[in-house]
Amino acid sequence: MYVAVKGGERAIRNAHQRLAERRRGDPATAELELNQIREQLGLAVDRVMSEGSLYAPELAALALKQARGDSVEAAFLLRVYRNTLPRFGYSEPLETARMAVERRISGAFKDLPGGQLLGATADYTHRLLDFSLAEARALDSQLVAPADEAPKGGTSDGGTSNGGPDGSAGPAAPTAASSETAAGAAVPRALDLLGDETLIETPPDADDGPVPDITREPPLFPAGRAQRLQTLARGDEGFLVGLAYSSQRGYGNTHPFVGELRQGRVSVEFTPEELGFAVEIGEVELSEMETINQFQGDAEQPPRFTRGYGLAFGRAERKALAMALLDRALRAEELGEEKSSPAQDEEFVLEHADNILSTGFLEHLKLPHHVDFQSERELLRALRKAWDERRRQAREAAE
Amino acid sequence: MTAESSRPRVPQGAGSARPGYNYAFLDEATKREIRRKLLKAVAIPGHQVPFSSREMPLPPGWGTGGIQVTASLVGPADVLKVIDQGADDTTNAVSIRRFFAETAGVETTTSTRRASLIQTRHRIPETPLAEGQILVFQVPLPEPLRFLEPRESETRRLHALAEYGSAYVSLYEQVARHGRIAQSYDYPVMVGGRYLMRPSPIPSFDNPKLDRNPALLLFGAGRERRLYAVPPYTPVESLSFEDRPFAVERSPQACDLCGATDSFLDEIVADDAGSRLFACSDSEYCNERQRRLGRSVVAP
Amino acid sequence: MSGLVQDPATAGGEASGGLLRPGFAEPALDAQRCFRTLLSAMAHPGRIHALDVAIEPPARLMPGSAALCLTLLDAETPLWLDAACADEEARAYLRFHCGCPLVDDSRAAAFGLVGGALPPLGDFAPGDDLAPEDSATVIWQVEALEDEGPLRLSGPGIDGIRALGLAPLPGHFLEERARGHAAFPAGVDLILVAGSRLVGLPRSTRIETAGEG
Repeated sequence: MYVAVKGGERAIRNAHQRLAERRRGDPATAELELNQIREQLGLAVDRVMSEGSLYAPELAALALKQARGDSVEAAFLLRVYRNTLPRFGYSEPLETARMAVERRISGAFKDLPGGQLLGATADYTHRLLDFSLAEARALDSQLVAPADEAPKGGTSDGGTSNGGPDGSAGPAAPTAASSETAAGAAVPRALDLLGDETLIETPPDADDGPVPDITREPPLFPAGRAQRLQTLARGDEGFLVGLAYSSQRGYGNTHPFVGELRQGRVSVEFTPEELGFAVEIGEVELSEMETINQFQGDAEQPPRFTRGYGLAFGRAERKALAMALLDRALRAEELGEEKSSPAQDEEFVLEHADNILSTGFLEHLKLPHHVDFQSERELLRALRKAWDERRRQAREAAE
Repeated sequence: MTAESSRPRVPQGAGSARPGYNYAFLDEATKREIRRKLLKAVAIPGHQVPFSSREMPLPPGWGTGGIQVTASLVGPADVLKVIDQGADDTTNAVSIRRFFAETAGVETTTSTRRASLIQTRHRIPETPLAEGQILVFQVPLPEPLRFLEPRESETRRLHALAEYGSAYVSLYEQVARHGRIAQSYDYPVMVGGRYLMRPSPIPSFDNPKLDRNPALLLFGAGRERRLYAVPPYTPVESLSFEDRPFAVERSPQACDLCGATDSFLDEIVADDAGSRLFACSDSEYCNERQRRLGRSVVAP
Repeated sequence: MSGLVQDPATAGGEASGGLLRPGFAEPALDAQRCFRTLLSAMAHPGRIHALDVAIEPPARLMPGSAALCLTLLDAETPLWLDAACADEEARAYLRFHCGCPLVDDSRAAAFGLVGGALPPLGDFAPGDDLAPEDSATVIWQVEALEDEGPLRLSGPGIDGIRALGLAPLPGHFLEERARGHAAFPAGVDLILVAGSRLVGLPRSTRIETAGEG
């Protein structure tokens, strides 16, 4: 008898069992521990938190383990879990200017107050498979003292912490040696330096009005910038990167410079109603990107630089950079630019950025559709019969 | 790791059938929002009401809209039936039914007559529904104009103006090409003479059941974040032209298991030689008929 | 938008005698039951339904309207109260149990609660053609609801015509409803409450009086 999509409970139970076996792999190998994932696959954890919209490294590691390393599935697990949590309220806006900066670079500025900090990056390594990693080994953790780097002068007020290796840096020679700046010490944003000259716009939508929440009210189009940034922040990294890339190649041209990328820890503050003042409830690691983009100006507005903004949980600078490019590209209409490319099309970008939605709908094609298929089959049979009849008549008429 | 321990571990909430979970999974604030929107949907038959839509433990596209609607409705007094492709025993139906049995402790049934609440994907049961029953449809794409106009901002405007000419033009183009309307499922309908509505991908065979149905019909599109409704006894008309009336496609066969000639049939390839078997897509309807005919019941 | 955290001390302190009557005994299940009754009422306009929930409302509220508030309202739904409902006890009760903002401008309210004469329906938000769902729902406490009477209802949810008796029946009501009908899909939805009985009158329902053509 026909069993293709039926079989119910038992089939599902068996699928779960097989999945569990697949997940475990060869039982002769050691089972992954969550702290190994969290500590050693940190970027995967960060991506899952970002797309899962929940800052919870431990749970993201669990999700990755459960999803067998599938980051989209892991983000989905985290999103669903997120919905079972009570909502106590909204935090105060994060003060990224007071970030304990671990990494901070600018492509636009040769030098900037606060210094450039290279942090932990693979940017200047040669991408060769390191066969020495194939075996477990102790970490050779000697940081090079800044004196050995022979900085070419310049500022060194990078704000050091804990008396560790000094974080000073010369222009265009950021140091990797710094631990990070002291938490809470303000490191001025690079773009504020341009603001003094009025060459760059003030940040758009800087007012303090109520911020809409895309998880409570579905965004209708045209959406505001807040909804746009919220959607991009939880959007699929691959989708964002592809679209941002298209805008670099001429499908909408955003002329971006990296004004500043900063990475580090920011404290999260919350104001309980009964207290009436903000208290720190924890901290999150963030990547923040501000791009500087050209703007030609028009009769009303002088030529000036404009901004794009990207923010993501954890160490996710590729995501943050793509987001900043798209934020700027999506401002085409607001800035009176010709809107001709996918990356400039708000509804197109925002409606398709979420990988939990897109994956779900794509994969739902695996569900049974035989009722609709049967309807189509009957229809096609009828259409074909009519078509054959018409052909036959046409042939007879011709003879 | 077993499937058991792969479920979220923490949550909170009282009155749940499953310890540690909210009753029917959703938190009360989310249910309230969906309930308020459902009331508006009922007050404006056929109009798509935006709602926030939560991620559910099933992927979006797999019935999360219907599940959120059902979760906002279901209570201890309910008897729940879940079908997919008309059948109670398809894996997706089994999975959703189990979800509500676990999170709401609700009694489940395969009987269309006994159910107070029916969640469905792609079918309307053959057994006529009665007043007081609620049928919840899982909807993948709620917008009837979507393939004519991909932009939500624009389709919203067209609905506001009741400007549905393009839908008729598209059907007319089918007539011009094929000599008839060539759409066999998800066939657009006009609700209460005002709103063009997508009935979800039910076969057009089921469309006539929408018209003046005594049950309350609720539609949930989770991924697209829309809810809509057809109240009982509301006129629902399948689009047609005066010279091209709406017509239903159905195999001329009778069900090989119960002999029904009035039900929608699955066509099943029965063996390697390609011989065909026709059987009711509505498993409960078929089983019931077999039982009444005194046959030993074979699941379609 | 901001998540409201209720402060029992403040809310209770405003209540007469400092005592706040309790809300639902079983919030999730009571709200579910009330909602289903209300949904059925809105799906069958004009049919009298009874709310099956034991509730001791503030003096100015009927049990039915208090139960509906507990079922539907929260921080996301601004509520407007007419003078007949808006004493301190009712305000404290609603603020505490529902956490809903109480607004003075009826046009800004998602819900209205009317205990006295029905104000013009035009005082409430009707939504518009683009978003007709952005309209107010008005809970109206009346003296009597009868399943026979001079009103003849028709429209979605009604198999043919349904009779309804209603007291008081203000003169402007029928005229406003008729006018409102022309604005469909925009419009205000009504829930009539008498004790713990209720009737739904969504905007889609056509109301005429017996003998009218």
